[in-house]
Amino acid sequence: MNVVVCVKQIPDPATPGELDASTKTLRRSGSIILDDSDAYGVEMGLQLADKAGGGEVILVSMAPNNENKGLRTALAMGAAKALLISDEALAGSDALSTAKVLAKAIERADADLILTATESTDGYTGTIPAQVAELLGLPMVTFAKHIEVDGDRVKVQRQTEAGYDEVESPLPAVVSVTAGVVEPRYPSFKGIMAAKGKPVDELKVADLGLDAGQVGWAGARQEIADVSAAEERKAGEIVEDEGDGAERIVAFLEQLKVI
Amino acid sequence: MPIDNVLVFAEAFEGKPLSSTLELLTKAREIGSNVDAFYTGADADALAPEFGKYGASKVYTTGDLGGALPGAPAAAAIAKMIEGGTTPDLIVFTQTYDGRDTLGRLSARLDRPVLTNGLDLEADGGVAVGTAIFGGNTLIKTRFTGEGPHLVAIRPKSFAAEEGGGGAAEVVTVEVPDIGVAGAAKIIERHVEERSGPKLDEAPIVVSGGRGLGQAEKYEMIEELAKLLKGAPGASRAIVDAGWVPYAYQVGQTGKTVKPTVYLACGISGATQHMVGMKGAKNIIAVNKDKDAPIFSIADLGIVGDVHKVVPKLIELLKARS
Ligand SMILES: Cc1cc2nc3c(=O)[nH]c(=O)nc-3n(C[C@H](O)[C@H](O)[C@H](O)COP(=O)(O)OP(=O)(O)OC[C@H]3O[C@@H](n4cnc5c(N)ncnc54)[C@H](O)[C@@H]3O)c2cc1C
Ligand SMILES: Nc1ncnc2c1ncn2[C@@H]1O[C@H](COP(=O)(O)O)[C@@H](O)[C@H]1O
Repeated sequence: MNVVVCVKQIPDPATPGELDASTKTLRRSGSIILDDSDAYGVEMGLQLADKAGGGEVILVSMAPNNENKGLRTALAMGAAKALLISDEALAGSDALSTAKVLAKAIERADADLILTATESTDGYTGTIPAQVAELLGLPMVTFAKHIEVDGDRVKVQRQTEAGYDEVESPLPAVVSVTAGVVEPRYPSFKGIMAAKGKPVDELKVADLGLDAGQVGWAGARQEIADVSAAEERKAGEIVEDEGDGAERIVAFLEQLKVI
Repeated sequence: MPIDNVLVFAEAFEGKPLSSTLELLTKAREIGSNVDAFYTGADADALAPEFGKYGASKVYTTGDLGGALPGAPAAAAIAKMIEGGTTPDLIVFTQTYDGRDTLGRLSARLDRPVLTNGLDLEADGGVAVGTAIFGGNTLIKTRFTGEGPHLVAIRPKSFAAEEGGGGAAEVVTVEVPDIGVAGAAKIIERHVEERSGPKLDEAPIVVSGGRGLGQAEKYEMIEELAKLLKGAPGASRAIVDAGWVPYAYQVGQTGKTVKPTVYLACGISGATQHMVGMKGAKNIIAVNKDKDAPIFSIADLGIVGDVHKVVPKLIELLKARS
């Protein structure tokens, strides 16, 4: 069973970016890493391929400047190879443009199952899984907290407001996974060494048969009209607990007349 | 300048409209000349008076979807309505599971961009959406520049719901076109996790616990405290991921948005993704042993102390009062 995992490579959230005042876009700074949220998909893919007794995990990522550090992490975890789409024409791409690119790349991979995270850490649009599924004409199950493959069907426990639903779908399908669906492994030294030799295919927009006018700034069809600072919430009284912390809370609640 | 037609993706749970749906209908009434609702489910007739009261003239419905996950068939049905001559300028969803699924599918189907995580919505001839980044420090207004229908998802609790006094919405059944395998994901069984007391996103008091509790069993004191205060227990994602409490308890960017009168955070550091879900609370109390924990930067009352001392004492004091 071949599993495609979409992985986003993002600037390390430990060093947050800033908004470029002139272009009104996020300035990416610091080192690029594998989005934590996607480590769950990679792990899930590896476990499912393993259980199926064959097949491989293929990564698909769109990133600026042929950035591949995050891919190397996922390859070191055990993925077999990667498709990396990088092109100046993609700068400024919104979720739909990104989905168009990912869908075209996924078509090359002959996948039985396509995994994504429910939302990325830096963009968190959260619509890409559905957009990719629609573009590929595939069924989709989002917010998976448990996945099992049974022959040519996938069984998913899908998170809901009230609990979870058991959902079944034929394969191939797109499934988005939540954090906690599995425990991602740490790459072993052997894995890290092996990753260096694994193939990363670099693709351009033209290779995918997409028109540059559909993606990047041209495809986004939206503009930032205004940026402002939010009203700040100020810190109130911060006190050390000297055994009277609970009393202080009670007094505060009394003053608010909620008790 | 208002826009003409707004279509609201309406949702309900156990026969009642979601409060977020009523919030959207209220806002839609303010920015649009005409508001309609779109609803998947067998009970549109029963819901039509409520939808109407909050502003919908019509409720378009697919009827029962026979267990199919709604995203794909709902998007196909809306696209079909548009082909058939319905002309929404704006289609607005709540940032829920099914809302997001339908929005994403529809975006690809209509080839229209999306704006999600909205906190505000403006019609100034076109449509603009307000969002927050950097954990709510910075507000951004983004305007669609292309052709409509514009597609937007709004976070719950962004607007107040108010009745507009309209009569029952007219129920119009729409066709779900055959979408083949794309619509093949089916719900086999639903599991509802029972919880007592007020709902997390409606409770006047929320008591949340985080990793600072140390171990799963200690969450019981959060539940007990919440019960004593007639509030709801909540959680940070750290302890949801660790499996201590169900996902339905999670407050934050990927969980619930809460705006209670009092939010009491126990052993929660105050990551930006947590704070976006609770900084709208009227009053925030935090208990954390680290005086530099970010949560203190937004707390009205901060107790630098050990949750294992402060919380049991608090429970004792409250019990003594009742
Ligand atoms: C894409 C994305 C989405 C996310 N969405 C959410 C979300 O929706 N909600 C959410 O909550 N998080 C979310 N997170 C996770 C978030 O970044 C934090 O990791 C999480 O909120 C931390 O939870 P915590 O505060 O319980 O744990 P920690 O950050 O580990 O904090 C524990 C705190 O407890 C304190 N403490 C320890 N022992 C004691 C004691 N005995 N007494 C008192 N205090 C003590 C410590 O000082 C510390 O401040 C998201 C992350 C990502 C990447
Ligand atoms: N540039 C990208 N390359 C690969 N996968 C992506 C990319 N952007 C988004 N994804 C996938 O889609 C998910 C949802 O992204 P988003 O819609 O940005 O919240 C992410 O968690 C990834 O799994």
